[in-house]
Amino acid sequence: MTGAAPPALLRMEGITKTFGSARALDGVDLTLRRGEVHALVGENGAGKSTLVKIMTGAYHRDSGEMWLDGERVDFDTPAQAQAAGVCAVHQEIHLLTHRTVAENVYLGREPRRWGFVDWRRMNHETGALLAGLGLDIDPRAVVGTLNTARQQMVAIARGVSLGAKVLVLDEPTSSLSPREVTILYDLVRRLKAQSTAIVYISHRFDELYAICDRVTVLRDGRLVSSHDLASLDRLDLVCLMLGKSRDALRAGTTAFGEQRHAPAASLTAPQPPLLRTEAIARGSRLRGVSLEVAAGEIVGVAGLLGSGRTETARAIFGAAPSEQGAVYLGGRRLDPQSPDDAIAAGIGFVSEDRKAEGIIPELSIRENLTLAALPMLTRFGIVSRSRQVEIVERFMRRLGIKAASADQRIRELSGGNQQKVLLARWLCTEPRLLILDEPTRGIDIGAKGEIQALVNELAASGLGVLMISSELEELVEGSTRVVVLRDGRSVAVLQGDEISQQAIIHAMASERAPAAQDAAS
Amino acid sequence: MSTTSLPSVAGSRFTGARALGLLLRSGAVVALVAACIFGAMRYYAFATPENVVNVLRQNSMLGLVALGMTFVILTGGIDLSVGSLLAVAGVVAAMLSTHGSLPAIAGGLGTAMLLGIVNGVLIAKVRIQPFIVTLAMLIAARALALAATAEQSVTVSPDASALSWLGRGELGPVPLPVALLVLAYLIGWTMLRYTRFGRYLYAIGDSEDAARLMGLPVDRIVIATYALSGALAGLGGIVLAARLGAGQPVAGTGWELDAIAAVVVGGTLLTGGQGGAGSTLVGVLLLGVIFNLFNLEGTISPWWQWVLRGVFLLGVVIVQGRLQRRLTHE
Repeated sequence: MTGAAPPALLRMEGITKTFGSARALDGVDLTLRRGEVHALVGENGAGKSTLVKIMTGAYHRDSGEMWLDGERVDFDTPAQAQAAGVCAVHQEIHLLTHRTVAENVYLGREPRRWGFVDWRRMNHETGALLAGLGLDIDPRAVVGTLNTARQQMVAIARGVSLGAKVLVLDEPTSSLSPREVTILYDLVRRLKAQSTAIVYISHRFDELYAICDRVTVLRDGRLVSSHDLASLDRLDLVCLMLGKSRDALRAGTTAFGEQRHAPAASLTAPQPPLLRTEAIARGSRLRGVSLEVAAGEIVGVAGLLGSGRTETARAIFGAAPSEQGAVYLGGRRLDPQSPDDAIAAGIGFVSEDRKAEGIIPELSIRENLTLAALPMLTRFGIVSRSRQVEIVERFMRRLGIKAASADQRIRELSGGNQQKVLLARWLCTEPRLLILDEPTRGIDIGAKGEIQALVNELAASGLGVLMISSELEELVEGSTRVVVLRDGRSVAVLQGDEISQQAIIHAMASERAPAAQDAAS
Repeated sequence: MSTTSLPSVAGSRFTGARALGLLLRSGAVVALVAACIFGAMRYYAFATPENVVNVLRQNSMLGLVALGMTFVILTGGIDLSVGSLLAVAGVVAAMLSTHGSLPAIAGGLGTAMLLGIVNGVLIAKVRIQPFIVTLAMLIAARALALAATAEQSVTVSPDASALSWLGRGELGPVPLPVALLVLAYLIGWTMLRYTRFGRYLYAIGDSEDAARLMGLPVDRIVIATYALSGALAGLGGIVLAARLGAGQPVAGTGWELDAIAAVVVGGTLLTGGQGGAGSTLVGVLLLGVIFNLFNLEGTISPWWQWVLRGVFLLGVVIVQGRLQRRLTHE
């Protein structure tokens, strides 16, 4: 370490963690300095949350070393980490909602007099602490009555009062309004001035560049690199996160610049598109996505983690309906308020989380496959077994589902075959539009190709497909058009020759440009 | 109001939410006062010292059981075994009463507390649902009492005078079971409000995950809570055996449900984290007074009394649920 660099406050070296057969972290290093705000970034499965959980004692590492203030440390529980001065404020805030602010701040170490909790002193000291942090919060207020931003401030205040030297903020702004974000920034700067080290996890580039000093990038459980943020532009950062080389992209920069101005409107086919969304928005994660899908077309949706991809899919499917904007299907306004509405209108949705939202593990292939179509197969409340069997056989043959029999439990199948069953589940409802969220995630290479071929074939037969994917290759090769999302907005639509990995990455990384408004409006 | 679980809020703003919260907690008080006024106006015998002392004495043992149940429910748990533990403690105390009062009381209390610890360990360490653990204990402990006594009641030895005094003695005009009840609730109230143990019960019932992340010894507190519930049920059983002059293996059958009803009517949430000792005492008294009114009326058949009690219980809970929802929406 050079003399210029301040000494490390917390150092993690060669951290490795395995869950079952999956390696979540593989030899990751992280160094935090006093009084720095350190961004931790990476796409899905990069290992950010695992690393943070090891740092704060929620998980135990398999191997590697950790030093705090030059001393080797080993945390078995969050309580030990807190006692040593390492605290986390989680995205879903862990506070007692029925108890007061003061009780939450002092839980576990209440001031006492003669063995009894000293309420007066507890309230008084909490008030002083909050005032010292520039926060106007009543220590006697019940936490559940405060808004999310204030709850988060209380959680941070608790960390501060524990004497935190390292404070981890996990997506602290995900539910804050712009004004509240300013308050958070003030608080972060104040803590920084008190030489607290802050680990800042966020997907929003604007925030990272506004508040963070350094950044550590993880990808697939490995350390990519650490940098000063000032010397790293957005394009570099995206390239690091996605594992693409910048040199390969540089050539594309000019071509992208020319093509970006091709107006999306000129594409519009004479007949109304199958699906059209107009600036749909919901909460702080979905803030204006406009896109179109024609029959027989595969439209890709690209964006970094947290850019609103899944939220877009869930809004179109009615699972988390949009609060603003409009969804049209076949030229008629739909605005589905529940999946029922969407399914009745002919929309199918294959979720990215196959295990939690897709398959029902203990049921057979037959039952899983016909779940969505049951209303069509039922007469007077009785499921027609013969029609069920016929449909299942037809789709198993058509999609090439490999299984011992239709009665095999779905959990015994490979990921690829499970995904085919889920595809078949929607196909047998004869949808007009299919939304695929990460259709090939967690599926081996061979089955991946089969699924991609299948999706192509379906589109060729007239189905409209909206395909969300974090694999740029898949988007580039599979899509007739690609919609790029950033911070909950659609910022670019690429088509034909414009579609390239470079163009997508540029659109993901660029700061809010005029082009963004063009595409969004 | 002295039965609230919140810290004193002197000087803080009196908001709508606070007012509603107060009403929510005092809903049972309003019902209790109304029932008493109704009783005093309609029945000549209601507002007499004899009747008041009688109601208090009759409900003192259930009151002890319900206090333990309050602790458990505050953590978000449930203890279905209290009726059976009450019987076990009564039987053990009666059996040991030939050796004197001290062994009888200590043995009865200790046995019930030990079984409570078994509940707690199974729940906190083996991680089985409280409902299942205490249901199993309800069945097994009852059978244990029946087997140990060959289904006969066990007479309390006349030599154990201190034991008998617990059930039949008086402190001035106050029957001893009532004095015990008052003392237990005073201690319980102070514990919940002013000791760390008490505050941690609320924390665990509010969010067990958060409590763990904040470094509380959750398992130890849960075990202590079920131990306390067992001990209080045991105390109730000893007082009952002393009053009746015999430990009965069938004593306290169904009391777990009465205790839960009293806790819930008082205003403690079954989901945990909100409520307190004072509100449970009000719940116990409210159910006791209603029962007393039925008796004074005298023309309602017992079965219809039970129907009315069920309807009443449901009514109170529905009203409280509404108030609660409005409170959280503010």
